[in-house]
Amino acid sequence: MTALPNTMRGGPDDRGFFGLYGGRFVAETLMPLILELETAYEAAKADPDYRAELDNLNTHYAGRPSPLYFAERLTAELGGAKIYFKRDELNHTGSHKINNCLGQILLARRMGKTRIIAETGAGQHGVATATVAARFGLPCVVYMGKTDVERQKPNVFRMKLLGAEIVPVTAGAGTLKDAMNEALRDWVTNVEDTYYLIGTAAGPHPYPAMVRDFQSVIGAEAREQMMAMEGRLPDALVACIGGGSNAIGLFHPFLDDKDVAIYGVEAGGHGLDVENGHASSMSGGRPGVLHGNRTYLLQDDDGQILEGHSISAGLDYPGVGPEHSWLRDTGRVTYVPATDKEALDAFEMLTRLEGIIPALEPAHALAYVTKLAPTMDKDQIILMNLCGRGDKDVFTVATALGMDI
Amino acid sequence: MTSRIDRRFAATAAEGRPALVTFLMAGDPDPETSLGIVKALPAAGADLIELGMPFSDPMADGPAIQVAGQRALRAGQTMKKTLALVRAFREEDGETPIILMGYYNPIYSWGNEAFLDDARAAGVDGLIIVDLPPEADDELCIPAMERGINFIRLAAPTTDDRRLPTVLANTSGFVYYVSILGVTGSAAPDTAKVAEAVTRIKRHTILPVAVGFGVRTAEQAAAIGRTADGVVVGSALVNAVRDSLDASGGATERTIPAVTALVADLAAGVRAARAEAAE
Repeated sequence: MTALPNTMRGGPDDRGFFGLYGGRFVAETLMPLILELETAYEAAKADPDYRAELDNLNTHYAGRPSPLYFAERLTAELGGAKIYFKRDELNHTGSHKINNCLGQILLARRMGKTRIIAETGAGQHGVATATVAARFGLPCVVYMGKTDVERQKPNVFRMKLLGAEIVPVTAGAGTLKDAMNEALRDWVTNVEDTYYLIGTAAGPHPYPAMVRDFQSVIGAEAREQMMAMEGRLPDALVACIGGGSNAIGLFHPFLDDKDVAIYGVEAGGHGLDVENGHASSMSGGRPGVLHGNRTYLLQDDDGQILEGHSISAGLDYPGVGPEHSWLRDTGRVTYVPATDKEALDAFEMLTRLEGIIPALEPAHALAYVTKLAPTMDKDQIILMNLCGRGDKDVFTVATALGMDI
Repeated sequence: MTSRIDRRFAATAAEGRPALVTFLMAGDPDPETSLGIVKALPAAGADLIELGMPFSDPMADGPAIQVAGQRALRAGQTMKKTLALVRAFREEDGETPIILMGYYNPIYSWGNEAFLDDARAAGVDGLIIVDLPPEADDELCIPAMERGINFIRLAAPTTDDRRLPTVLANTSGFVYYVSILGVTGSAAPDTAKVAEAVTRIKRHTILPVAVGFGVRTAEQAAAIGRTADGVVVGSALVNAVRDSLDASGGATERTIPAVTALVADLAAGVRAARAEAAE
């Protein structure tokens, strides 16, 4: 284990590294723009007008702050720690993705960019990007794997309604990593006028830090809300991890609170023992370089990237944000897998007990909560990020449960 | 110490012509045919050979080279086999420079130092790693230089005069100018703009400047070769491989001749580049 710094919240360094992870591994064509983006973001962060405009949009457009909710019946059912949900599924567009999209589209405008591109897996980030592009009147192209286009039809239709052009990507297995490759190819071709609005806390520096900053509103609000409701911090945080943006948003404001245990839940798919049958890059992968950063990756012995598998299109990514890789190695955060089956069971449980239909992504986090809560005392507290709602997943769940709708 | 790459560019310059740099994917369409192609390249007129190291996620490549990499991977190509290919070529040809081109992860997975030692032993002269910008020179570029392997940097239309010195600082062998904004094998480059960019880069370096991305024909090669020290052709060659395959994607007796015929045509193009200008 690496020696821990005084604060766990100081990264990345000025070259964009969190320890071994992160960095800027991109083609030279993109380097000047990435450096310009970093400068523009630093300037925006220091500008009170930028901050005020973002706060205003967060409040009046996205609906922040999202509520903190005590899940009373679920707590009673599990018979252990008190379970609270940060209700980011109630945001405009139905997930935490809007937090990041608002921040970045304001930055794109400041930089004078006139065209927005994005990649999407489950379609949540695509919908949020199409939404802010409509709100600011900018043309928007969303790259989405062909497999995901088929399994996330409701979101594809929403993006089209919002005026975005959807480009189905057939390369590879037609999932999130292939969509990201294609978005990078578009960017390199249209670098002069185009802003690449990355949806997760991964990619070349400054994206991982920038996306984390925008998503940290989740943890900052939850901290205040928990103090108001319980008068103390939670004992454990739980969030699901694909690229890891909702998780880093919840975790980051708590990283220096040593008494708060933190758990990130990766997609265990069919199980970690099934070759290429899961998307747990930290539990079942090793460090490598992809999509502009060094991080844990699913890869074969020759360094070829594997596709991975998850029932959730939003977790079906062979990498993870670099800050998570660092938090894993330092031991500050514990990363665990939840299988497709466990997520489905949790999905049904939450729907019946609390009247909340979660997205399949946070259903993975909930699957771990159902294991963790019974091992804790009744006066202890778990805070889970309920980062997305499940409307988009009803067809997938129906198929998995053998129902005809 | 001069490298094979230095000597080859000096030789073509002495002949008063640009060098023809040919790119093919190692292991495409299968390991044996790939070796046959590479062995036939020098006689067909290739001055330097770039060999692609296939990667599952080639972010800077257009469809032609993406699919070539997939063909190679499907036929079982690995880094080990790519180095074996270089070794087999070197047994017969001690002078034609070989440059491996690709992405960082398969090298990082092998282990950087071990890879450089093995590549050197196999007879590799240079590396072009698309996703290792100068900001990451400590990763592979400097260890490669220490072993006498040239690390060839890409410069792009977005690389302005302010940034060029950073890009050129640890570059050796030659500079690879990316003639367009985009992926390999897309739009044809604007010859006048390319000439301007080559002249601009030459103000910053004494290294040869080769131009690639989007060069397909002998005519384009000749036009670009009027100012550039080298012309790189890749997508057109891997497409020649593709077009020669049978219905199930296997090599045919047409495969090697299809590549050598195009290389011969391009070689005539680079030889005509300055001859026409001098007339």
